[in-house]
Amino acid sequence: MSATVARPGIWGLMAEFDQPADLVRACRAAREAGYRRMDAYTPFPIEAVFEALGLHRNAMPAIVLGGGILGGVGGLSLQYWASAIAYPLNIGGKPFFSLPAFIPITFECAILLAALSCVFGMLALNGLPMPYHPVFNVPSFALASRDRFFLCIESRDPRFDREGTRKFLEQFAPRSISEVEP
Amino acid sequence: MAETPEQVHPEAHRPPVIEPGHSFSSVTDQISSIVLTHRTPAGWWLGFALVFSIAMMLFYSVAYLVVVGVGIWGINAPVGWGFAIINFVWWIGIGHAGTLISAILLLLRQEWRTSINRFAEAMTLFAVAQAGIFPLIHLGRPWLGYWLFPYPNTMAVWPQFRSPLMWDVFAVATYATVSALFWFIGLIPDLATLRDRSENRAARIIYGMLAMGWRGSARHWHRYETAYLLLAGLATPLVLSVHTVVSFDFAISIVPGWHSTIFPPYFVAGAIYAGFAMVLLIAIPLRWAYGLEDFITMRHLQNMCKILLATGMIVFYGYLMEAFFGWYSGSIYEWYMTKNRAVGPYAPLYWALIFCNGVAPQVFWSARARSSIAVQFIVAIIVSIGMWLERFIIVVTSLHRDFLPSSWGMYTPTQWDWMTLIGTLGFFTTLLFLFIRVLPMISIFEMRTILPGAAVRAKEEPA
Repeated sequence: MSATVARPGIWGLMAEFDQPADLVRACRAAREAGYRRMDAYTPFPIEAVFEALGLHRNAMPAIVLGGGILGGVGGLSLQYWASAIAYPLNIGGKPFFSLPAFIPITFECAILLAALSCVFGMLALNGLPMPYHPVFNVPSFALASRDRFFLCIESRDPRFDREGTRKFLEQFAPRSISEVEP
Repeated sequence: MAETPEQVHPEAHRPPVIEPGHSFSSVTDQISSIVLTHRTPAGWWLGFALVFSIAMMLFYSVAYLVVVGVGIWGINAPVGWGFAIINFVWWIGIGHAGTLISAILLLLRQEWRTSINRFAEAMTLFAVAQAGIFPLIHLGRPWLGYWLFPYPNTMAVWPQFRSPLMWDVFAVATYATVSALFWFIGLIPDLATLRDRSENRAARIIYGMLAMGWRGSARHWHRYETAYLLLAGLATPLVLSVHTVVSFDFAISIVPGWHSTIFPPYFVAGAIYAGFAMVLLIAIPLRWAYGLEDFITMRHLQNMCKILLATGMIVFYGYLMEAFFGWYSGSIYEWYMTKNRAVGPYAPLYWALIFCNGVAPQVFWSARARSSIAVQFIVAIIVSIGMWLERFIIVVTSLHRDFLPSSWGMYTPTQWDWMTLIGTLGFFTTLLFLFIRVLPMISIFEMRTILPGAAVRAKEEPA
């Protein structure tokens, strides 16, 4: 397989499969053949595909933890500042900073910020919302949200070769192989 | 096609969570066609017209309340909380089952939850919306409701963060936000399915915008799955905290009948109990009207009956313990309150509550009763009424006999109280009707994952 520079005018080659197991086999072989700039498109999450593509860890837990800590610290600081500094009320000589009474709101703020950072972090890392993406140019790609499984090897992969990659994908007997317009 | 005829499910002796013979395409087409159909069923219009006219009653009674004031309600000097708080607690409790199904059962890998979680989450959202109305209109001047939030203001005052009512604001606001996020995140892949399958240009654009360009990329799914699990992990303690905080509204006070350490767990169990009754009340007509018996099977209904039985017994234990505490406390006020519940002016309601929540669900010990849809439906109605009565008993019987007999009184709801309560039922159902018309009521992508054809691991050869 020769590592030639792809001609402009093609974003990648997309193979279409009927069965998730065929997709997994193709993904694993493509990774073993040294392809890296590729992605699988499936109607539901398939853990075997993640493994085949070498997806192990992601940044989500760290982002959510960060959001949770920020929310908890922020919520507690807000209550401390409002109750002890900005607007202290002496009620029966009770302390201004009454930690036990501040725990419920601290907890809720931690959950709120963690959840918001979870959702918006996931969308941001996934680059969503994305109004245009080349894979939608493949007519049968609409079935990726129904019952078809796709593997797209992108032309920016250094090993990508219009003919060679097509031959490589053909050995997995896909239902079809399409060129993806950019 | 993808499926194999025999179920790969290990628990073959139980009814299946999805009827055999379905494939990725049949699941997708059947669920999405309910939304993408050109013809809205006549029954939908009829039902919508009915429930929307009931919702109008809510809008009218709230408008009248804003014009005249809370004097139109039955609240008075000893019983200052009345219907508004009863209904608030009732509605927010109903919401809890949706989060339990979507988050806790997800973490416990109860895959039967898949076909009921979407509409249960919608139920949560709509129930919380109803619940949110009540404390707001109970403020007396609802247009100043934003004073509850901590924001820098020219009055230079800040909310009292030590008050359980403030905790409530944060708990309910967080709960509403997280439930909406969870629901929307779960919808994104299905919105993409609707975008790809819709033949109507306007629908394609709207669903396309909502799906935000979701393309089912494995890299996206990978983060999506982690995010979904993390959200479930966050929603689980959240849902427990919300009704705990609601119970603090009562338990932090020193009113006999409220000042009780059993309140948080007892409220949470009651919330799940009331919520599952409502899920049954929604699931049974839905599967009948839309022919979804393949997806919402007897297994789902029976499992929900078992949860009703289990949580019902926890709630009933709560009632017994409340009575025990009243006696064991040695406080004349607590003991009087306990006796007053059983034989006082509201005794018929107390015994109705014991029947509805303690006795009625016991029929679910019988497998025959659990397999009868009529029995399930009737018990679910009884439980819903029972849980409303529980909140009535807690709010009214505790308040109407104050410490001093000179402050005793009675509480009678007015027509406006009833119109508001029944109106929220109409508004809630209106939102449900709109939801089942425009969004998939069953999570399509999660249904695909539980099909036999989705099990890749079994087929793949070692690498």
